[in-house]
Amino acid sequence: MSVTSKKGLDYWLPKLVLSPTVAIAIIFIYGFIIWTSVISLTDSTILPRYDFVGFEQYVKLFQNPRWLSSLWNLVVFGTLFIGVCMVVGLVLAILLDQQIRAEGALRTVYLYPMALSFIVTGTVWKWLLNPTVGIERFIHNLGWESFQFDWIVNPDMAIYTVVIAGVWQSSGFVMAIFLAGLRGIDTSIIKAAQLDGASLFSVYSRIIIPSMRPVFFSAFIMLAHLAIKSFDLIVALTGGGPGNATDVPAIFMYQFSFQRGRLGIGAASAVIMLMTILAILIPYLYSELRKPKDA
Amino acid sequence: MFKKTLMAMAMGGTLAAGAQAGEIEVMHWWTSGGEARAISVLKEMVEDEGHTWIDFAVAGGGGENAYTVLRSRAVSGNPPAAAQIKGLEIQEWGDLGFLANLDDVADANNWDAQLPTVVADFMKHDGEYVATPVNVHRVNWMWANPAVFESAGVEIPTTMDELWEAADALKAAGVTPIAHGGQAWQDATTFESIVLAVGGADFFEDVFVEHDQDALQSDTMIESLEQFKRVSNYIDQGAPGRDWNVATGMVIRGEAAMQFMGDWAKGEFTAAGLEPGSDYICAPFPGTEDAFTFNIDSLAMFKQPNASSTEAQMAMAGLVLSDEFQQTFNLNKGSIPVRTDMDMSAFDSCAVEAMDTFKSTAANGGLVPSMAHGMSTTSSVQGAIYDTVTEFFNSRSMTAEQAATQMARAIRAAQ
Repeated sequence: MSVTSKKGLDYWLPKLVLSPTVAIAIIFIYGFIIWTSVISLTDSTILPRYDFVGFEQYVKLFQNPRWLSSLWNLVVFGTLFIGVCMVVGLVLAILLDQQIRAEGALRTVYLYPMALSFIVTGTVWKWLLNPTVGIERFIHNLGWESFQFDWIVNPDMAIYTVVIAGVWQSSGFVMAIFLAGLRGIDTSIIKAAQLDGASLFSVYSRIIIPSMRPVFFSAFIMLAHLAIKSFDLIVALTGGGPGNATDVPAIFMYQFSFQRGRLGIGAASAVIMLMTILAILIPYLYSELRKPKDA
Repeated sequence: MFKKTLMAMAMGGTLAAGAQAGEIEVMHWWTSGGEARAISVLKEMVEDEGHTWIDFAVAGGGGENAYTVLRSRAVSGNPPAAAQIKGLEIQEWGDLGFLANLDDVADANNWDAQLPTVVADFMKHDGEYVATPVNVHRVNWMWANPAVFESAGVEIPTTMDELWEAADALKAAGVTPIAHGGQAWQDATTFESIVLAVGGADFFEDVFVEHDQDALQSDTMIESLEQFKRVSNYIDQGAPGRDWNVATGMVIRGEAAMQFMGDWAKGEFTAAGLEPGSDYICAPFPGTEDAFTFNIDSLAMFKQPNASSTEAQMAMAGLVLSDEFQQTFNLNKGSIPVRTDMDMSAFDSCAVEAMDTFKSTAANGGLVPSMAHGMSTTSSVQGAIYDTVTEFFNSRSMTAEQAATQMARAIRAAQ
């Protein structure tokens, strides 16, 4: 009896307060994931219709050259975006960590792009990169007539302009994460290493960076999901063009589901996007989260 | 006192309506200046009949946003009374059983006699009228700046060969020959005009309506693709992603010589205070003067749960084809009326020419549905064509043969 009385209001109140949030998450996240998966197995066109056709939509999806090129674009964009953001963010963080003057002001400058939405970033970079109004024309007007910077209208290079704009927007944020990580490291270890005669470079490469594993992990997760769901930046910057040169899965999914009345194939592409995220996350989560137990 | 007023109001309402007054909710995306003025005419006319108009405008040029809203409303069992749906989308909604039968209004107003058969067929599902046409746009137009042509010493082209000669001369004179916006639908708009010029109206139908696999991979198709690719030599570097009205602005300012665009471009010239014939030229796309690629806007009527709404809906369907609405709406929109028996004296020379071609092609053949604007095929096949056309236009390595094969395959997969 005393056990049940202990499980009174104190026990139930947190659960009670949390339950609406949990219910909403279950319905609107996991419920809709399941629903999308179900739709992807049907031949739905403009409206959901429950005539099941097995994996036909997935077969059609992977026969579609535009889907394949959008996947490849995602690989190129994702790798470069995550890689460059990490490197730039880490370098900025290390430089800012050298007890420099006006650190607060500089930190704000680097972090500011994050305050803009991707739509604003995309539009500004679209103008800057447009050869007829932007950087190229500016340099021409300065007198360097042969200067050429037309990546945004060049189908082979356009995807890199998306990387430039994305890195400009997100690397400051990565810097902030890394800076917090750097500050969290126990200074006594560093001092001990310095007493042992370690150079600044080896202090960073042997002690500080390895001990920031969890920070890398968080930054990677943040950037990976930004990359895979990237939509607004590309819509504003290139509209998926020239041609389909900067098409990515999110744009493909939106167009097929909502503009072309092919809900089935759109749902199939959404499921593949989810699978891609899971394929990256699960092994990483597994390897990262089991570590503390081993130690 | 209050009760009396209420009664008077109620009586007034009844008297004005004559029949049962109902509510009608109209979903559309006629939201830009001229378009909004155009549709407000219909609103006033419906309200004069005593019905209540609920405006449900969803902005967003191509109507994607509106379609998304419409779908969710339809799924939840609460569709608007009328929605701006066009082309084969009408058939898709008809197949799903959402659309109301307008045959009574159509019979009473003699639509069968007033509308060209090609137009009427689009408004019917299983032989019953389910939608009412609002206007007709001609897509195969070329908009030219005569001053630019004159200074380069070339005539306005009337055939494809003349087009390339003129383009070379214009390029040599230092202007951008063709104002183009590199968006998939604009690429497709130019492409379909070239298919029409190279292959003619019958070939156009084989390819874009029948999706005949042999025609899609024929030499005529490859020739069309090659001609289309030549356009890319005559556009400027800033073209990718440019909106169509910005491209029209280049022609207006004389930075570019011509643009291939439907007659909604006329609105831009009119807004700039220019006169057709002298300040700008509207000519059929070179080699397509005997053909008419049509793009018809229409309002599809959804089944309504109550009788009064249905009544309002039927009244509106009748009003859409009235002389007054057809004239005012189309003057504002830049298009031409769907009824071929209208007096065209209020319209400008471009619209009069479009109407003449519309009538003659409706009688003699050459009136073809626009692929780029969703008239000839479902949005899914249209999208498949868009993908190939825009990829080919922007690619540096894809050959015309590869593009033809890829398009044929993409169409088959999307059907």
